Amino acid sequence: MAEFLSLHEAIARHVHDGDTVALEGFTHLIPFAAGHEIIRQKRQNLTLIRMTPDLLYDQMIGMGCASKLIFSWGGNPGVGSLHRLRDAVEKHYPAPLEILEHSHAAMACAWEAGAAGLPLAVLRGYLGSDLPRVNQDIRHIDCPFTGERLAAIPANRPDVTVIHAQKADRAGNVLIEGIIGVQKEAVLAARRSVVTVEEVVDSLEAHPNACVLPAWAISAIAVAPGGAAPSYTHGYYGRRNDFYKQWDAIARDRDTFRQWMEDNVMTVEEGVSA
Amino acid sequence: MSDMSPDHGNTTAHDYTATEMMTVTASRALTNGTTCFVGIGLPSEAANLARLTHAPDTVLIYESGTLQTRPDVLPLSIGDGELCDTALSTVSVPEMFRYWLQGGRVDVGFLGTAQIDRYANLNTTLIGDYREPKVRLPGGGGAPEIATNSREVFVMIKHSPRAFVEEVDFITSLGFGRDGRARDDLHPETARHIGRGPTLVITDLCLMRPDPDTHELVVTSIHPGVTREQIVDATGWPVRFVESPEATPEPSEHEVSTLRELKARTERHHSGHHEEKSA
Repeated sequence: MAEFLSLHEAIARHVHDGDTVALEGFTHLIPFAAGHEIIRQKRQNLTLIRMTPDLLYDQMIGMGCASKLIFSWGGNPGVGSLHRLRDAVEKHYPAPLEILEHSHAAMACAWEAGAAGLPLAVLRGYLGSDLPRVNQDIRHIDCPFTGERLAAIPANRPDVTVIHAQKADRAGNVLIEGIIGVQKEAVLAARRSVVTVEEVVDSLEAHPNACVLPAWAISAIAVAPGGAAPSYTHGYYGRRNDFYKQWDAIARDRDTFRQWMEDNVMTVEEGVSA
Repeated sequence: MSDMSPDHGNTTAHDYTATEMMTVTASRALTNGTTCFVGIGLPSEAANLARLTHAPDTVLIYESGTLQTRPDVLPLSIGDGELCDTALSTVSVPEMFRYWLQGGRVDVGFLGTAQIDRYANLNTTLIGDYREPKVRLPGGGGAPEIATNSREVFVMIKHSPRAFVEEVDFITSLGFGRDGRARDDLHPETARHIGRGPTLVITDLCLMRPDPDTHELVVTSIHPGVTREQIVDATGWPVRFVESPEATPEPSEHEVSTLRELKARTERHHSGHHEEKSA
């Protein structure tokens, strides 16, 4: 049952060193405030899962939180590379980073399989791609009905999933609107979950088919207004595309990056960082 | 294959760049009513230009889950709020890839790439060796399955010897494989669901299509003012030309001005903070 906690307490209680952690969000609703709290609490040796690791995972990798990354597209959308991710992969700085990479279709299926309690995801994927040659988790099975060879990958089952959403009601039910990505699947696939929200309201006023996570499917909720910035929260604030462009220069240089993190993440109160 | 000949505006543009030529030509490849799975960057620019000019009923799908979207400005990311605000409906990412792409609803997958080779294989993963890469690129994203589950694939990429290589360092997304034969002799059930692969490559110099027999990319149309030597120099394998390459028609004033307005709107939109409500 969802417990309302401070962001500090929610992360302290649910995200541990060595955990497999997913902070999901497909460009929209990226849980920056929660990720920054993980960095401030100096979590280490995390296996990070996310389809689209962007600035937040660049920051977590650059600050030495991660030892492994499972992903399907690692870039700064529309801008270019993630320089901290590249530095970790190419130069092993600040620490070596093991990577396991998939395609989006496969990762999306792996989230669904995790939510469904299945051991694997099956798709008509990776045909002719070299990805199965470098990722031992991409295998194949024969369809028992047609004999067709299909790709199979393990379900995603993280220790904890962290997401950001628009709002919770006072009972702890959560509404997600707009580009909903894989957030519902990622929460249901995880053993524990932390949801940050813009606000708590009396009623979600959700239409019958809305994406709602019931309180009893969530471990903890923390109120973090602006918690997705510089990504965005549909209905609340827009994506700071200018910052995504600026990040390229900040992250390119190790010292500039470090200083930016000191000034904007390490020394600020929870929930108000950039 | 799409029709490249319809009237796209009466007046030929007097002044346009090679990149504008590429984008306009790519937009013309999309026929009205096509369902197009759009990659970010150049393909997104061309697909929206098509929608704003000759193909208003083109259905644009982005992998973030936005179905039939009509953005007023080009998205910087694949999941900008603009795409959701202007979509018919927004579905989850698993639904997007499973039902709409793998389910066979996509006519054209429209992709960009970092490298392309002789057999139209695409590399967006890395340059060099996988374990010790010289340059680490973002990776596959949606492309591996867009390339195989769409009925056909258009590729947009600027011509250079670094981009057009004999053999890609890594096949992220299948063209026709290292021998050009990877789409032949598939299990009948796979063959029934897999598309034709890349049918058109649009560059800033020319159009290329796979040879019907060998699937090697050959030059089928040359853009105005471009020489064969330029294309040969910018291609990393001994590139072949069809017997009589066409001359790619020039863009019209209307197409170039529509593209410039779209890009100017986009630039204004992305240059400031947007703290206003996005819904």
